[in-house]
Amino acid sequence: MSIWLDKNSRIIVQGITGREGGFHASRMIAYGTNVVGGVTPGKGGTKIESGHPVFDTVSEAVDATGATHSIIFVPPQFAVDALYEAYDAGIRFCVCITEGIPATDMLKVVATTPGMRIIGPNCPGLVSPGKALMGIMPGHIFRPGDVGMVSRSGTLTYEIVDILTWAGLGQSTCLGIGGDPIIGTTFVDALREFANDPETKALVICGEIGGSDEEDAAAFIKEHLAHVPAVAFIGGRSAPPGKRLGHAGAIISGRTGTPQSKVEAFQAAGVPVADLPSQIPQLLRSKLSS
Amino acid sequence: MKLVEYQGKELLKRVGIPVPRGEHAASARAVAAFIAANPGSWVLKAQVQMGGRGKAGGIKFADNPDEAQKIAEALLGTTLRGIQNPEGELVKSLLVEEKVDIAHEAYVSITIDRAQKKPVFIVTAQGGMDIEEVAERDPHALAKYWPDTAIGYQPFQARRLFYAAKLPGGYAKEWPAILGAIYRLFFEYGANLVEINPLVLSKDGRTIASDAKVDLDDNALYKHAELSAWEKENQSPANEDESKALAIGLGRSNYAKLDGDVGVMANGAGLGMGTMDAIRNAGGKAANFLDVGGGAQAERVRKCYELIVSDPKVKAMFINIFGGITRADAAANGIVEALSAGSARKVPLVVRLTGTNEAEGREILSKAGIATVATMDEGAAKAVALAKGAA
Repeated sequence: MSIWLDKNSRIIVQGITGREGGFHASRMIAYGTNVVGGVTPGKGGTKIESGHPVFDTVSEAVDATGATHSIIFVPPQFAVDALYEAYDAGIRFCVCITEGIPATDMLKVVATTPGMRIIGPNCPGLVSPGKALMGIMPGHIFRPGDVGMVSRSGTLTYEIVDILTWAGLGQSTCLGIGGDPIIGTTFVDALREFANDPETKALVICGEIGGSDEEDAAAFIKEHLAHVPAVAFIGGRSAPPGKRLGHAGAIISGRTGTPQSKVEAFQAAGVPVADLPSQIPQLLRSKLSS
Repeated sequence: MKLVEYQGKELLKRVGIPVPRGEHAASARAVAAFIAANPGSWVLKAQVQMGGRGKAGGIKFADNPDEAQKIAEALLGTTLRGIQNPEGELVKSLLVEEKVDIAHEAYVSITIDRAQKKPVFIVTAQGGMDIEEVAERDPHALAKYWPDTAIGYQPFQARRLFYAAKLPGGYAKEWPAILGAIYRLFFEYGANLVEINPLVLSKDGRTIASDAKVDLDDNALYKHAELSAWEKENQSPANEDESKALAIGLGRSNYAKLDGDVGVMANGAGLGMGTMDAIRNAGGKAANFLDVGGGAQAERVRKCYELIVSDPKVKAMFINIFGGITRADAAANGIVEALSAGSARKVPLVVRLTGTNEAEGREILSKAGIATVATMDEGAAKAVALAKGAA
């Protein structure tokens, strides 16, 4: 099985005629995802190359297609409006790829859209291999299986998925939660959902330096998921303190955000931490066989 | 964007928070002219970001224009150094302010609590000193409140904080309006932090923001185009990494110089960090962190190459691209351009290229005679070996 996304998810793409929206919509369709249309104000009534209809508003798209899921590719100045438009039209699962939304705007969005699951913003989306791809991840690296994966990073997720797939460890759902200060779905939110998925038999958690999300995830695993084999990886363990590396939160400052604290938290929860992504399959196998 | 005091106070004024009477001046003559026109005792405050400004000699007093001119001449153009900023910070301008007779100093701020996904007000009656110090010495002196953003600001929130922090009664009248104004500023301008320390209760009963520390989210700057002048003014030449990154169109924190000899270029912050880690595991040391960003085009890849090799310590480079929103063919074109442009120094190069459009990308590289490796571990090991061989 999978979490949040499968063959039955009916997906629209907000910003489907834009450069990124169009490119990734076509890749999602090629993957076999049930994309039912897209939205670009002013382009309603047209079709994209694959024949999928374009609507002026999310509300029209939902009425015409029965869409349940939306993925947002609009520029940051319009992304908050796009999230609210999806919510207003009854969409309750939304992936926001857009990078550069002010954190204070996201504070308002998460507080005023009860019942809507938002992934991101500034995230690569999610994939339920063999069923659906909702995001910008390269589909061909995934294989269906029973490893659930959640990551703060984008490209590092691909790296690890690629390694899992080569090692014969398929995935139930892989999810990138994004590196922004305020995100709709945290590690703990995703882990809680994986805990309810009977077909996710093992977990891979990919964190990075900075913040305390990994410590929260470790505490949740210790409390609720101790029976599920899990392996973690922390990116940036060779980073010197005080250097901000790409993400706003990826910085070791004082005593917070250090890799030691994250590694210790996972180890205390019985979750081994791989030094390299390439060690993950072996660690996972030994957890699975024990 | 971190604002200096006079800019922060300008925003406080806009939302109706009282600040001391004063004038921002960039020359000693302007300082003297202002005091000549407004006789009295004035405070001259160096406009710098650093903490511990007073201890570093950045706050002086003057009672007449001549004295003020001498102090201003001495302060402007000097570099202030403190424990918190050993590199020092250049004084570009001064804020001339009225001296306020202080009855009490409190502290108030609003910032983002990531874990709660809410803003958080922090208040203490012990203002005028470092908040971390107060937190360590007397954690119960801090009062916190997490407003529900769906409801927004309501005066009861101010009352809760007022009583929890045991603020002196003199603050009571203005307090709810001041908290409401801070909240409005925080959201309207998209701040990471609005901090008033100290919020002074004067002997004549006024509540005045005596200092202001405002950090705006760069992503929110588009909302107030009029602040773009401050953006130029505040670009600190002190941080070389940031200016180098901005100069080639990267995000502020996409490049960080480190002290190893293996150059790193990756797409995505996570993969960049992972690549640094892999180099360390292979027995080497990364010369830098560099994230070319999502959707990088050929030209950006070329500029990143040039930035990395501009560090003379770089002896080899590992380019690690896992295509997602970045297409591998665009990255490959950038690598070929960088090498054929001829202007940049050539270093032994290891390329790992996979993900979206990887077949097209590899073909572009192989036509140009550039070999690729299959995995990150392999690439890291090879780059480390090349750097050692070149040593």
